[in-house]
Amino acid sequence: MKVPLSWLKDYIETDLDPHEIARLLTFAGLEVESINFIGLPQSNQHQNQTSIDGLEWDRNDIVVADITKVEHHPNADRLVLAQLYDGEQTHTVLTGAPNLFQYKDQGKLPQPLKVAYAREGAHLYDGHNAGQELIRIKRKKIRGIESYSMACSEKELGISDEHEGIIVFDSDAPIAGTPLVDYIGDAVFDIAITPNMARNLNVVGIARELGALTKTPIHPPTTNMTIAKSIQSALEMPKLEIDESELNPRFTATLIEGIQIKPSPYWMQLRLRMSGMRPINNVVDITNYVMLEMGQPLHAFDYDVLRARSKTKCPVITTRLPNSGEKIVTLDGIHRTLDNFTILVADNAGALSIGGIMGGSDSEVSDNTKNVLLEAASWDLINIRQTVTSQQLQSSQAGYRFSRGVSPEIAARANYRASEMIRSFGDGTIAHATIDKYPRHYVPNTVKLRVSEIQRSLGIDIPTDEVISILVALDFSVEKKQNVLHITAPDHRLDIGVDEIGTADIIEEVARIWGFENIPETQMSDLMPRQENNTPLEKEERVRDILVNLGLQEVITYRITSPENEQLLHDTENGPYVHLANPITPERSVMRRSLLSSVLECARNNSRFQQRIALFEVGPVYLPLLSSSENQSNLPAESQRFSIVLSGKRVSLSWANNQSDSMDYFDIKGIIDELLRAAHISDYTVEPDNHPSFQPGATATLAIHGSQVGFFGVLHPDVASNYDFGEHPTLAGDFDLTRFTNAMPNHYTINPIPRFPAIIEDIALIVDNQINNAEVVKSIIKSGGATLTNVQLFDIFRGEQIGTDKKSLAYRLTYQSEVKTLTDKDAAKLRTKIVKVLQKELGVQLRSE
Amino acid sequence: MLESLDNIKTIALSEIQKTSDTETLRLWYSTHLSKSSQLVKSLRNLSNVASKDRPTIGKHANDIRKILEQAYEDRTSYLNKSVESPGHKQIDLDVTLPGRSLNRGRLHIATQTLRRIYTIWADMGFQIYRSREIETDELNFELLNIPLHHPARDMWDTFHTNSPGVILRTHTSPGQIHAMRANAPDPIRVILPGMCYRYEQITARSEIQFNQVEGLAIGTNIHFTDLKGTLSDFARRMFGTSTRTRFRASHFPFTEPSAEMDVECFLCSGEGCRVCKKTGWLEILGCGMVHPAVLTNGGYEPKKYTGFAFGMGPERIAMLKYGIDDIRHFWGNDLRFLEQF
Repeated sequence: MKVPLSWLKDYIETDLDPHEIARLLTFAGLEVESINFIGLPQSNQHQNQTSIDGLEWDRNDIVVADITKVEHHPNADRLVLAQLYDGEQTHTVLTGAPNLFQYKDQGKLPQPLKVAYAREGAHLYDGHNAGQELIRIKRKKIRGIESYSMACSEKELGISDEHEGIIVFDSDAPIAGTPLVDYIGDAVFDIAITPNMARNLNVVGIARELGALTKTPIHPPTTNMTIAKSIQSALEMPKLEIDESELNPRFTATLIEGIQIKPSPYWMQLRLRMSGMRPINNVVDITNYVMLEMGQPLHAFDYDVLRARSKTKCPVITTRLPNSGEKIVTLDGIHRTLDNFTILVADNAGALSIGGIMGGSDSEVSDNTKNVLLEAASWDLINIRQTVTSQQLQSSQAGYRFSRGVSPEIAARANYRASEMIRSFGDGTIAHATIDKYPRHYVPNTVKLRVSEIQRSLGIDIPTDEVISILVALDFSVEKKQNVLHITAPDHRLDIGVDEIGTADIIEEVARIWGFENIPETQMSDLMPRQENNTPLEKEERVRDILVNLGLQEVITYRITSPENEQLLHDTENGPYVHLANPITPERSVMRRSLLSSVLECARNNSRFQQRIALFEVGPVYLPLLSSSENQSNLPAESQRFSIVLSGKRVSLSWANNQSDSMDYFDIKGIIDELLRAAHISDYTVEPDNHPSFQPGATATLAIHGSQVGFFGVLHPDVASNYDFGEHPTLAGDFDLTRFTNAMPNHYTINPIPRFPAIIEDIALIVDNQINNAEVVKSIIKSGGATLTNVQLFDIFRGEQIGTDKKSLAYRLTYQSEVKTLTDKDAAKLRTKIVKVLQKELGVQLRSE
Repeated sequence: MLESLDNIKTIALSEIQKTSDTETLRLWYSTHLSKSSQLVKSLRNLSNVASKDRPTIGKHANDIRKILEQAYEDRTSYLNKSVESPGHKQIDLDVTLPGRSLNRGRLHIATQTLRRIYTIWADMGFQIYRSREIETDELNFELLNIPLHHPARDMWDTFHTNSPGVILRTHTSPGQIHAMRANAPDPIRVILPGMCYRYEQITARSEIQFNQVEGLAIGTNIHFTDLKGTLSDFARRMFGTSTRTRFRASHFPFTEPSAEMDVECFLCSGEGCRVCKKTGWLEILGCGMVHPAVLTNGGYEPKKYTGFAFGMGPERIAMLKYGIDDIRHFWGNDLRFLEQF
């Protein structure tokens, strides 16, 4: 919300620097996001706390001036020459301002036009370029006439974007030569209002806060309305009926007769523009002005339209829910079909406006309006919010305020004030008293606050006198009875609860105004809770550490994807998904089921820039569960997984490694081997398997303690081409993290370093091709017993001399005893046994040299 | 006399270390052990020494001669050996060539930042409590004092799923309810890390998914002063010992009073720079005293218990610390970004 300093000063006397005001408000929870200086110097004494912008007006160069005469330009139809007195001398100023054309060639004006005048050399914004480009006024000839100074538009002065014409002040503007900054110089605070501060969506609210913060009394605007009792009105007041008092607890209406629609005075237009609103005419401007001032949205109906619609002297206005399929054309020209929950202001002929949000185009005030019925009503905030969302009326200022809560108590006061202004600025009359239907009176809550509660929450004692004076400054009424304060909320506040919640609400108010910076810092002295390990997390982090140690880069990808994206994996176990009801794009429409798909996508995105890609991710996938009695909330399973992708060269380009080998199956196998070793998992198997995402024959399944943990291997060429991986094979693995970490022991023990020497022996075995290494090793270990401490495959050979369906596997065997030095005899005996078992179980032959 | 003999020894032993070949070693011998050397001369001139000192001095000079002769022999064999040793040869090597490349792995910067945050809070007795990402509206909003259709809901743009009432959590705050219900009525000090989601356009400044770390402390003796002290401690450890903090009043439906904590910009020390938008301060976290309605929903009697809660964004902290200008880099995972950490 934008709040001009000059407007604040209508209600509070302060000579504080704008920076200090911004600081005070910001620390009290009204964050001033920026200050826009309108002409005022941007003093920097309060260092840099809020971002600032704006144009400073030179006191001597930019002044109030009088235009006394307007003449045509001899060589240009769209320019005029203004005779202008700047307090010292008379100048001829060229301007193309259309709002001066009406005065052209009329001789000396009966009353001079008060304008903003910039002398030669003044700094201004360029009015003809978009944005705010600073320029200096220079002497030049335009169509044969010399120009060196100008009468300014709001845009040129940095007040608004308005550049349709020059500013013409109200006739009570100060004398020519007065520095402009002394007249309308200002600072506009842009304040972010949090939902709990809805009461402060108005200038009076901000003034009240500032008053409490600076211990300064405020003077709220007067709300007296002049009723001309002596005048016999030709018009009858309408009848009011409220059907849904819960949705519309109060409705007030005032009839202002015989008014003249015209522009509102410049000072009001200026305030509206500085507050971000566009002036329209006096009636509309006053409704906006009072809304900005007091926070109560108002709506003006053309009463003659209501009378014409009702075809009687006395229209009946009803607030009610719509009939099925009822329609309205709103002020913004949109034809709307109303939701069945939307509260309407209607008459016998149908809907007049969407209650509290936007008027209908039928009954809006026009240039010909003579009689205005001014509505100030109160609406249920939840209901308004639903309509704003459903009808996409977020741009409505009234809807914004009502959907955050406006107290019904303000309605009548605001109606009086606005009606009085319309009467006064529109030269009209108020002959009838305001109608005030108020079926549901608002009663603010009372809180009994034990003084010790403040210490219990804040940790400090604030003197009770201070507590009371803070609350009184915020318009609470407080009565002290022993150690309990009986506090009644002011009628403009809807946010103060009862009991514990009310207590917290009051303490917040006290703390905010007392100042958080005045509350000291302490260390917790409360009982320390029992400390425990988070073992699943610690093991998960251990997996990350191991994979990083093995040279992999961790990635974290989007967990929202699309089914199409995951289908690139050719995994038949595709779906069902957790679908988003409101995705931002079709590419991010479901929660992922595959972590591997995310990591492959990430590898693809990097492949253009990298020779070697070695990635892993640890994270959840989301699997919808069938509805069941255990799953009443319908929440999906969030299953933790980890995935690995390798692609490209084994080593990056280097003078030292002049090789261009691509990574292959054994690179990922090596990572899995080492991961298992580092995790101290020994009871596992790796077996050949098939999986639609992987190359047949180069796919393995990892099982721990007999249960499957995941797949890994060479990515299927069709899948690899879906991801545009080039000529390098891509290796991938996808594992269940929880099963893996559950298998990681909490404790393990190590073996002693051997005290007796080992005997090392190499054996070469001729094995059928279809027998795999794991089977051979398993057999060797089984028959080798405890004395065989290590089996290491060191060579694989295929050749005609051993037969085409055979291979030679060479193993290095280590024999070692914990109790004695082994002899060659011991070793020979063991070897014979191992070979015999191998022959018997697997048909393996010892390869003769 | 004894002194000057020792002096001879010291000088001789020092000089022999400087000999680099047989030629210089021969020169050393003639200086220190030849007949014309000072040592040998002094042995020969023992007769000039008073007779009672003669045995002492004679023995001392002889010992030194033996030492020097041994040194001469050792040096001779050392020099002979080293001429042939490999260490004597000059190797032709460009020592500036890059070393053999190693494949170093790294944690994602978000993980690195999370771990730093975990460590600091662990030191202060805050344990890690994780909970699910896909949540019910009730846990994400209603139990946190954000009723349906309440204006405060405007603060969170929410992803809904096709199951009514099931949403992607917009903050880790539902974990507060989980943690409270799991622990009530025992005291609590936990942090709640994890991924959260907001229905937003993805831009340089906003993301649809982001990590959050919330914290929660509940007990019978916890105050706003503790909140300030504890969070200032965190800020000093996260951003530097001299980091100043300030607390501004703010609003969150689940805390009251609520505050925003700013830290003095650690890039410009509060002078004002691009990162802090010339304000000298950086918004780091939101915090406040746990709202009585939330305490009640978690199973703690607000008349007896108080607590504080806070929440911060690890990615935002990393962006500020490392000058990352675009939040999309985090889940973009370009290795040219990730490998800089």
